Amino acid sequence: MNVGTFEAFTLVVRRELCLSFRRPDQLLQPLVFFLIVTTLFPLGLSLQLSLLRDMAPGVLWVAALLSSLLSLDALFKSDADDGTLEQLALSGQGLTLIVVAKTFAHWLVTGVALVLVSPVVATALGIPGSAFATMMLSLGLGTLTLSWLGAIGAGLTVGLRRGNVLLSLIVLPLAMPLLIFGAGATDRALSGVSPLGALYFLAALCVFTCTLAPFAATAALRISLE
Amino acid sequence: MNTAAEGLGVDGVHVWRGDRHVLKGVSLSLRPRQLLHISGPNGTGKTTLLRVVCGLLRPEQGRVSWLGKPIASVRSEYQAALAYASHEPALKADLTALENLHFAVGLKHRATADELRGSLERTGVAACADLPARVLSAGQRRRVAMARVLAMRASLWLLDEPFTNLDAAGTDLMSSLLQSHVERGGAALVVAHHDLDIDVDMRRLDLGP
Repeated sequence: MNVGTFEAFTLVVRRELCLSFRRPDQLLQPLVFFLIVTTLFPLGLSLQLSLLRDMAPGVLWVAALLSSLLSLDALFKSDADDGTLEQLALSGQGLTLIVVAKTFAHWLVTGVALVLVSPVVATALGIPGSAFATMMLSLGLGTLTLSWLGAIGAGLTVGLRRGNVLLSLIVLPLAMPLLIFGAGATDRALSGVSPLGALYFLAALCVFTCTLAPFAATAALRISLE
Repeated sequence: MNTAAEGLGVDGVHVWRGDRHVLKGVSLSLRPRQLLHISGPNGTGKTTLLRVVCGLLRPEQGRVSWLGKPIASVRSEYQAALAYASHEPALKADLTALENLHFAVGLKHRATADELRGSLERTGVAACADLPARVLSAGQRRRVAMARVLAMRASLWLLDEPFTNLDAAGTDLMSSLLQSHVERGGAALVVAHHDLDIDVDMRRLDLGP
Protein backbone atom coordinates (compact mmCIF):
# COMPACT_ATOMS: atom_id res chain seq x y z
CA MET A 1 0.00 0.00 0.00
CA ASN A 2 3.03 2.28 -0.02
CA VAL A 3 2.92 5.17 -2.42
CA GLY A 4 5.51 5.01 -5.19
CA THR A 5 7.80 7.89 -6.07
CA PHE A 6 6.11 8.65 -9.38
CA GLU A 7 2.67 8.48 -7.84
CA ALA A 8 3.73 10.89 -5.11
CA PHE A 9 5.27 13.19 -7.73
CA THR A 10 2.05 13.36 -9.75
CA LEU A 11 0.02 13.88 -6.58
CA VAL A 12 2.10 16.92 -5.57
CA VAL A 13 2.00 18.29 -9.14
CA ARG A 14 -1.79 17.88 -9.15
CA ARG A 15 -2.00 19.61 -5.78
CA GLU A 16 0.01 22.57 -7.08
CA LEU A 17 -2.01 22.85 -10.31
CA CYS A 18 -5.25 22.60 -8.35
CA LEU A 19 -4.10 25.39 -6.02
CA SER A 20 -3.00 27.56 -8.95
CA PHE A 21 -6.28 27.26 -10.80
CA ARG A 22 -8.23 28.07 -7.63
CA ARG A 23 -6.46 31.44 -7.62
CA PRO A 24 -6.65 32.62 -11.25
CA ASP A 25 -5.61 36.14 -10.25
CA GLN A 26 -2.23 34.90 -9.05
CA LEU A 27 -1.92 32.70 -12.10
CA LEU A 28 -2.52 35.58 -14.50
CA GLN A 29 -0.48 38.27 -12.73
CA PRO A 30 2.94 37.31 -14.18
CA LEU A 31 1.44 36.91 -17.65
CA VAL A 32 -0.26 40.29 -17.56
CA PHE A 33 2.95 41.83 -16.21
CA PHE A 34 4.85 40.28 -19.13
CA LEU A 35 2.34 41.64 -21.64
CA ILE A 36 2.30 45.13 -20.12
CA VAL A 37 6.09 45.52 -19.81
CA THR A 38 6.65 44.42 -23.39
CA THR A 39 3.91 46.80 -24.59
CA LEU A 40 5.55 49.71 -22.76
CA PHE A 41 8.69 49.53 -24.85
CA PRO A 42 7.12 50.30 -28.25
CA LEU A 43 5.21 53.14 -26.56
CA GLY A 44 8.27 54.58 -24.87
CA LEU A 45 10.63 54.33 -27.83
CA SER A 46 10.14 56.47 -30.90
CA LEU A 47 8.34 54.58 -33.58
CA GLN A 48 11.37 53.34 -35.44
CA LEU A 49 10.48 49.81 -36.35
CA SER A 50 14.09 48.88 -37.11
CA LEU A 51 15.27 50.00 -33.66
CA LEU A 52 12.40 48.17 -32.00
CA ARG A 53 13.14 44.98 -33.89
CA ASP A 54 16.82 45.14 -32.90
CA MET A 55 15.89 45.49 -29.25
CA ALA A 56 13.01 43.01 -29.32
CA PRO A 57 14.87 39.85 -28.18
CA GLY A 58 16.43 41.66 -25.23
CA VAL A 59 13.14 43.28 -24.22
CA LEU A 60 11.32 39.97 -24.47
CA TRP A 61 13.86 38.17 -22.30
CA VAL A 62 14.19 40.83 -19.62
CA ALA A 63 10.39 40.95 -19.33
CA ALA A 64 10.25 37.14 -19.14
CA LEU A 65 12.89 37.04 -16.36
CA LEU A 66 11.17 39.71 -14.31
CA SER A 67 7.71 38.23 -14.66
CA SER A 68 8.99 34.77 -13.64
CA LEU A 69 10.50 36.33 -10.54
CA LEU A 70 7.11 37.70 -9.50
CA SER A 71 5.68 34.26 -8.87
CA LEU A 72 8.83 32.60 -7.47
CA ASP A 73 8.41 34.22 -4.09
CA ALA A 74 5.29 32.17 -3.38
CA LEU A 75 6.86 28.85 -4.47
CA PHE A 76 7.46 27.61 -0.90
CA LYS A 77 6.32 30.59 1.12
CA SER A 78 2.57 30.02 0.98
CA ASP A 79 3.03 26.42 2.14
CA ALA A 80 5.48 27.49 4.84
CA ASP A 81 3.10 30.15 6.14
CA ASP A 82 0.11 27.84 6.62
CA GLY A 83 2.14 24.91 7.93
CA THR A 84 1.47 22.55 5.03
CA LEU A 85 5.16 22.55 4.11
CA GLU A 86 5.91 20.71 7.37
CA GLN A 87 3.25 18.15 6.49
CA LEU A 88 4.85 17.67 3.07
CA ALA A 89 8.31 17.43 4.64
CA LEU A 90 7.07 14.69 7.00
CA SER A 91 5.13 12.80 4.34
CA GLY A 92 7.73 10.06 4.12
CA GLN A 93 8.45 10.90 0.47
CA GLY A 94 11.64 12.86 0.97
CA LEU A 95 11.85 16.61 0.65
CA THR A 96 13.74 16.46 -2.66
CA LEU A 97 10.80 14.82 -4.40
CA ILE A 98 8.47 17.50 -3.04
CA VAL A 99 10.83 20.25 -4.20
CA VAL A 100 11.14 18.72 -7.69
CA ALA A 101 7.38 18.33 -8.06
CA LYS A 102 6.60 21.82 -6.79
CA THR A 103 9.20 23.45 -9.03
CA PHE A 104 8.05 21.48 -12.07
CA ALA A 105 4.43 22.50 -11.42
CA HIS A 106 5.56 26.11 -11.01
CA TRP A 107 7.23 25.95 -14.41
CA LEU A 108 4.08 24.45 -15.95
CA VAL A 109 1.89 27.33 -14.82
CA THR A 110 4.38 30.19 -15.34
CA GLY A 111 7.04 29.14 -17.87
CA VAL A 112 4.84 27.24 -20.27
CA ALA A 113 2.15 29.93 -20.16
CA LEU A 114 4.78 32.54 -20.94
CA VAL A 115 6.08 30.52 -23.89
CA LEU A 116 2.54 30.22 -25.23
CA VAL A 117 1.82 33.96 -25.17
CA SER A 118 5.28 34.97 -26.42
CA PRO A 119 4.31 34.87 -30.17
CA VAL A 120 1.68 37.54 -29.51
CA VAL A 121 4.23 39.78 -27.83
CA ALA A 122 6.84 39.00 -30.46
CA THR A 123 4.46 40.07 -33.23
CA ALA A 124 3.85 43.35 -31.43
CA LEU A 125 7.61 43.90 -31.21
CA GLY A 126 8.09 43.19 -34.91
CA ILE A 127 9.82 39.82 -34.66
CA PRO A 128 9.08 37.87 -37.85
CA GLY A 129 7.33 34.51 -37.68
CA SER A 130 10.43 32.70 -38.89
CA ALA A 131 12.14 33.31 -35.53
CA PHE A 132 9.21 32.11 -33.40
CA ALA A 133 10.34 28.51 -33.09
CA THR A 134 13.80 29.49 -31.82
CA MET A 135 12.34 32.12 -29.52
CA MET A 136 9.80 29.73 -27.97
CA LEU A 137 12.33 26.93 -27.56
CA SER A 138 14.85 29.25 -25.93
CA LEU A 139 12.17 30.71 -23.63
CA GLY A 140 11.03 27.21 -22.67
CA LEU A 141 14.57 26.14 -21.72
CA GLY A 142 15.26 29.48 -20.07
CA THR A 143 12.15 29.56 -17.90
CA LEU A 144 12.73 25.98 -16.74
CA THR A 145 16.30 26.85 -15.76
CA LEU A 146 15.02 29.97 -14.05
CA SER A 147 12.46 27.98 -12.08
CA TRP A 148 15.26 25.80 -10.75
CA LEU A 149 17.50 28.75 -9.88
CA GLY A 150 14.47 30.38 -8.30
CA ALA A 151 13.75 27.28 -6.22
CA ILE A 152 17.18 27.66 -4.57
CA GLY A 153 16.51 31.32 -3.88
CA ALA A 154 12.96 30.65 -2.69
CA GLY A 155 14.24 27.90 -0.39
CA LEU A 156 16.80 30.26 1.15
CA THR A 157 14.38 33.14 1.65
CA VAL A 158 11.28 31.21 2.72
CA GLY A 159 11.67 32.11 6.38
CA LEU A 160 12.23 35.82 5.78
CA ARG A 161 9.50 38.39 6.14
CA ARG A 162 10.36 40.42 3.05
CA GLY A 163 12.28 37.83 1.14
CA ASN A 164 11.20 38.79 -2.36
CA VAL A 165 13.79 41.56 -2.81
CA LEU A 166 16.57 39.30 -1.55
CA LEU A 167 15.24 36.56 -3.83
CA SER A 168 15.66 38.87 -6.84
CA LEU A 169 19.17 39.77 -5.73
CA ILE A 170 20.09 36.08 -5.47
CA VAL A 171 18.45 34.89 -8.67
CA LEU A 172 19.04 37.72 -11.17
CA PRO A 173 22.88 37.52 -11.21
CA LEU A 174 22.62 33.74 -11.72
CA ALA A 175 20.18 34.31 -14.56
CA MET A 176 22.59 36.50 -16.57
CA PRO A 177 23.89 33.66 -18.77
CA LEU A 178 20.27 32.81 -19.58
CA LEU A 179 19.63 36.35 -20.75
CA ILE A 180 22.80 36.49 -22.83
CA PHE A 181 22.28 33.18 -24.60
CA GLY A 182 18.49 33.32 -24.73
CA ALA A 183 18.35 36.76 -26.28
CA GLY A 184 21.37 35.79 -28.38
CA ALA A 185 19.60 32.76 -29.84
CA THR A 186 16.52 34.81 -30.78
CA ASP A 187 18.73 37.56 -32.19
CA ARG A 188 20.61 35.09 -34.36
CA ALA A 189 17.37 33.58 -35.67
CA LEU A 190 16.21 37.12 -36.51
CA SER A 191 19.29 37.88 -38.56
CA GLY A 192 19.19 34.53 -40.32
CA VAL A 193 22.26 32.99 -38.61
CA SER A 194 21.98 29.49 -37.10
CA PRO A 195 21.00 29.84 -33.42
CA LEU A 196 22.06 26.27 -32.57
CA GLY A 197 25.19 27.24 -30.61
CA ALA A 198 23.27 29.43 -28.20
CA LEU A 199 20.42 26.90 -27.94
CA TYR A 200 22.85 24.11 -27.06
CA PHE A 201 24.34 26.27 -24.36
CA LEU A 202 20.87 27.01 -22.96
CA ALA A 203 20.04 23.30 -23.01
CA ALA A 204 23.29 22.52 -21.20
CA LEU A 205 22.48 25.11 -18.52
CA CYS A 206 19.01 23.61 -18.22
CA VAL A 207 20.32 20.07 -17.72
CA PHE A 208 22.94 21.35 -15.28
CA THR A 209 20.37 23.10 -13.08
CA CYS A 210 17.81 20.27 -13.39
CA THR A 211 20.32 17.81 -11.96
CA LEU A 212 21.96 19.89 -9.23
CA ALA A 213 19.44 22.56 -8.21
CA PRO A 214 16.95 20.10 -6.58
CA PHE A 215 19.57 19.13 -4.01
CA ALA A 216 20.66 22.71 -3.40
CA ALA A 217 17.04 23.84 -3.07
CA THR A 218 16.25 20.97 -0.68
CA ALA A 219 19.24 21.81 1.49
CA ALA A 220 18.24 25.49 1.50
CA LEU A 221 14.66 24.63 2.41
CA ARG A 222 15.73 22.26 5.18
CA ILE A 223 17.80 25.02 6.78
CA SER A 224 14.86 27.42 6.51
CA LEU A 225 12.45 24.88 8.05
CA GLU A 226 14.54 24.57 11.24
CA MET B 1 -0.16 -1.08 13.95
CA ASN B 2 2.38 -2.60 16.28
CA THR B 3 5.49 -1.49 14.41
CA ALA B 4 6.82 0.45 17.38
CA ALA B 5 8.37 -2.62 18.98
CA GLU B 6 10.87 -0.50 20.85
CA GLY B 7 9.16 2.79 20.23
CA LEU B 8 10.59 6.23 20.35
CA GLY B 9 13.61 7.33 22.31
CA VAL B 10 14.92 10.82 22.95
CA ASP B 11 18.26 10.95 24.65
CA GLY B 12 19.83 14.07 26.20
CA VAL B 13 18.61 16.57 23.62
CA HIS B 14 19.99 20.11 23.79
CA VAL B 15 18.73 22.89 21.53
CA TRP B 16 19.86 26.50 21.42
CA ARG B 17 17.84 29.11 19.57
CA GLY B 18 20.26 31.98 19.15
CA ASP B 19 21.56 32.65 22.67
CA ARG B 20 18.69 30.90 24.37
CA HIS B 21 19.27 27.40 25.68
CA VAL B 22 15.74 26.10 25.01
CA LEU B 23 16.03 22.39 25.65
CA LYS B 24 18.49 21.44 28.36
CA GLY B 25 19.14 17.76 28.06
CA VAL B 26 15.63 16.38 27.61
CA SER B 27 15.27 12.60 27.61
CA LEU B 28 12.12 10.56 27.16
CA SER B 29 10.94 7.25 25.86
CA LEU B 30 7.61 6.22 24.47
CA ARG B 31 6.39 2.69 23.76
CA PRO B 32 3.22 1.42 22.12
CA ARG B 33 0.15 1.73 24.33
CA GLN B 34 1.61 4.75 26.07
CA LEU B 35 0.74 8.39 26.09
CA LEU B 36 3.21 11.06 27.08
CA HIS B 37 1.81 14.40 28.09
CA ILE B 38 4.29 17.25 27.68
CA SER B 39 3.36 20.28 29.72
CA GLY B 40 4.97 23.47 30.91
CA PRO B 41 4.54 27.23 30.76
CA ASN B 42 4.78 29.13 27.46
CA GLY B 43 8.25 29.41 26.01
CA THR B 44 9.71 26.36 27.70
CA GLY B 45 10.34 24.55 24.43
CA LYS B 46 7.36 22.21 24.14
CA THR B 47 6.88 22.87 20.44
CA THR B 48 10.64 22.84 19.90
CA LEU B 49 10.81 19.41 21.50
CA LEU B 50 8.03 18.14 19.26
CA ARG B 51 9.81 19.50 16.17
CA VAL B 52 13.00 17.76 17.29
CA VAL B 53 11.09 14.49 17.72
CA CYS B 54 9.60 14.89 14.21
CA GLY B 55 13.03 15.44 12.74
CA LEU B 56 12.17 18.93 11.49
CA LEU B 57 14.74 20.42 13.82
CA ARG B 58 18.14 18.91 14.39
CA PRO B 59 19.31 19.11 18.00
CA GLU B 60 22.78 20.47 18.72
CA GLN B 61 23.36 17.57 21.11
CA GLY B 62 21.64 14.31 21.85
CA ARG B 63 19.72 11.96 19.62
CA VAL B 64 16.25 10.86 18.69
CA SER B 65 15.80 7.20 17.83
CA TRP B 66 12.99 5.12 16.39
CA LEU B 67 13.04 1.34 16.93
CA GLY B 68 16.53 1.79 18.32
CA LYS B 69 17.97 3.53 15.26
CA PRO B 70 18.68 7.27 14.81
CA ILE B 71 15.73 8.81 12.95
CA ALA B 72 17.99 10.25 10.23
CA SER B 73 18.94 6.71 9.17
CA VAL B 74 15.34 5.42 9.04
CA ARG B 75 13.75 8.64 7.85
CA SER B 76 11.16 7.26 5.43
CA GLU B 77 10.02 4.39 7.70
CA TYR B 78 9.86 6.79 10.63
CA GLN B 79 7.87 9.39 8.68
CA ALA B 80 5.50 6.70 7.41
CA ALA B 81 4.80 5.70 11.01
CA LEU B 82 4.18 9.15 12.41
CA ALA B 83 1.40 11.68 12.15
CA TYR B 84 2.24 15.21 13.20
CA ALA B 85 -0.30 17.91 13.93
CA SER B 86 1.29 21.29 14.48
CA HIS B 87 -0.41 24.03 16.47
CA GLU B 88 -1.62 25.45 13.15
CA PRO B 89 -4.22 23.25 11.42
CA ALA B 90 -1.97 23.23 8.27
CA LEU B 91 -4.80 23.33 5.76
CA LYS B 92 -4.75 25.02 2.36
CA ALA B 93 -7.49 27.66 2.49
CA ASP B 94 -8.36 27.23 -1.21
CA LEU B 95 -8.81 23.45 -1.06
CA THR B 96 -11.82 21.69 0.38
CA ALA B 97 -11.45 19.70 3.59
CA LEU B 98 -11.55 16.46 1.60
CA GLU B 99 -8.92 17.67 -0.91
CA ASN B 100 -6.71 18.78 1.94
CA LEU B 101 -6.87 15.28 3.37
CA HIS B 102 -6.43 13.67 -0.02
CA PHE B 103 -3.23 15.54 -0.89
CA ALA B 104 -1.71 15.09 2.57
CA VAL B 105 -2.67 11.48 3.28
CA GLY B 106 -2.16 10.38 -0.35
CA LEU B 107 1.59 10.80 0.07
CA LYS B 108 1.60 8.28 2.93
CA HIS B 109 -0.71 5.60 1.59
CA ARG B 110 -3.44 5.17 -0.99
CA ALA B 111 -6.58 6.32 0.77
CA THR B 112 -9.98 6.15 -0.88
CA ALA B 113 -12.38 9.09 -0.74
CA ASP B 114 -14.75 6.99 1.40
CA GLU B 115 -12.01 6.32 3.90
CA LEU B 116 -11.19 10.03 4.10
CA ARG B 117 -14.87 10.92 4.48
CA GLY B 118 -15.03 8.29 7.21
CA SER B 119 -12.32 10.01 9.22
CA LEU B 120 -13.99 13.39 8.73
CA GLU B 121 -17.15 11.77 10.06
CA ARG B 122 -15.34 10.44 13.11
CA THR B 123 -14.21 13.96 14.01
CA GLY B 124 -17.69 15.34 13.39
CA VAL B 125 -17.00 17.46 10.32
CA ALA B 126 -18.43 15.24 7.57
CA ALA B 127 -20.73 18.09 6.54
CA CYS B 128 -17.70 20.28 5.81
CA ALA B 129 -16.00 17.77 3.49
CA ASP B 130 -16.72 19.73 0.32
CA LEU B 131 -16.32 23.23 1.73
CA PRO B 132 -13.10 25.17 1.19
CA ALA B 133 -11.04 25.32 4.37
CA ARG B 134 -11.22 29.12 4.14
CA VAL B 135 -14.85 29.19 5.27
CA LEU B 136 -14.42 26.79 8.21
CA SER B 137 -14.26 28.01 11.79
CA ALA B 138 -11.09 27.57 13.83
CA GLY B 139 -12.62 24.65 15.70
CA GLN B 140 -13.75 22.95 12.49
CA ARG B 141 -10.26 23.33 11.02
CA ARG B 142 -8.82 21.71 14.13
CA ARG B 143 -11.22 18.80 13.65
CA VAL B 144 -10.23 18.47 9.99
CA ALA B 145 -6.57 18.43 11.04
CA MET B 146 -7.45 15.67 13.52
CA ALA B 147 -9.22 13.75 10.76
CA ARG B 148 -5.98 13.93 8.77
CA VAL B 149 -4.09 12.39 11.70
CA LEU B 150 -6.68 9.58 11.86
CA ALA B 151 -6.57 8.96 8.10
CA MET B 152 -2.77 8.64 8.13
CA ARG B 153 -3.13 5.35 10.05
CA ALA B 154 0.07 6.16 11.90
CA SER B 155 1.25 4.33 15.00
CA LEU B 156 2.87 7.42 16.53
CA TRP B 157 0.85 10.59 17.00
CA LEU B 158 2.70 13.83 17.69
CA LEU B 159 0.13 16.45 18.59
CA ASP B 160 0.87 20.07 19.41
CA GLU B 161 -1.92 21.65 21.46
CA PRO B 162 -4.67 19.50 19.91
CA PHE B 163 -7.33 20.94 22.23
CA THR B 164 -6.98 24.54 21.04
CA ASN B 165 -10.21 26.07 19.66
CA LEU B 166 -12.27 22.99 20.50
CA ASP B 167 -15.60 23.24 22.33
CA ALA B 168 -16.48 20.94 25.25
CA ALA B 169 -17.80 18.22 22.94
CA GLY B 170 -14.66 18.54 20.79
CA THR B 171 -12.42 18.19 23.83
CA ASP B 172 -14.24 15.01 24.87
CA LEU B 173 -14.02 13.68 21.31
CA MET B 174 -10.29 14.42 21.16
CA SER B 175 -9.75 12.61 24.46
CA SER B 176 -11.71 9.58 23.31
CA LEU B 177 -9.81 9.45 20.00
CA LEU B 178 -6.52 9.52 21.90
CA GLN B 179 -7.77 6.85 24.25
CA SER B 180 -8.86 4.47 21.48
CA HIS B 181 -5.60 5.11 19.56
CA VAL B 182 -3.51 4.17 22.59
CA GLU B 183 -5.75 1.21 23.50
CA ARG B 184 -5.34 -0.16 19.98
CA GLY B 185 -1.56 -0.24 20.38
CA GLY B 186 -0.60 3.24 19.25
CA ALA B 187 1.60 5.76 21.00
CA ALA B 188 1.00 9.45 21.39
CA LEU B 189 3.03 12.48 22.41
CA VAL B 190 0.69 15.31 23.33
CA VAL B 191 1.67 18.87 24.10
CA ALA B 192 -0.99 20.53 26.23
CA HIS B 193 -0.85 22.95 29.11
CA HIS B 194 -3.88 21.67 30.94
CA ASP B 195 -4.52 18.28 32.54
CA LEU B 196 -5.58 15.45 30.30
CA ASP B 197 -8.47 13.25 31.34
CA ILE B 198 -7.65 10.04 29.52
CA ASP B 199 -7.73 6.61 31.07
CA VAL B 200 -4.58 5.01 29.62
CA ASP B 201 -0.96 4.44 30.58
CA MET B 202 -0.13 8.13 30.74
CA ARG B 203 3.00 9.80 31.95
CA ARG B 204 3.77 13.46 32.19
CA LEU B 205 6.90 15.40 31.33
CA ASP B 206 6.97 18.90 32.69
CA LEU B 207 9.35 21.24 30.91
CA GLY B 208 9.00 23.96 33.52
CA PRO B 209 12.04 25.99 34.57
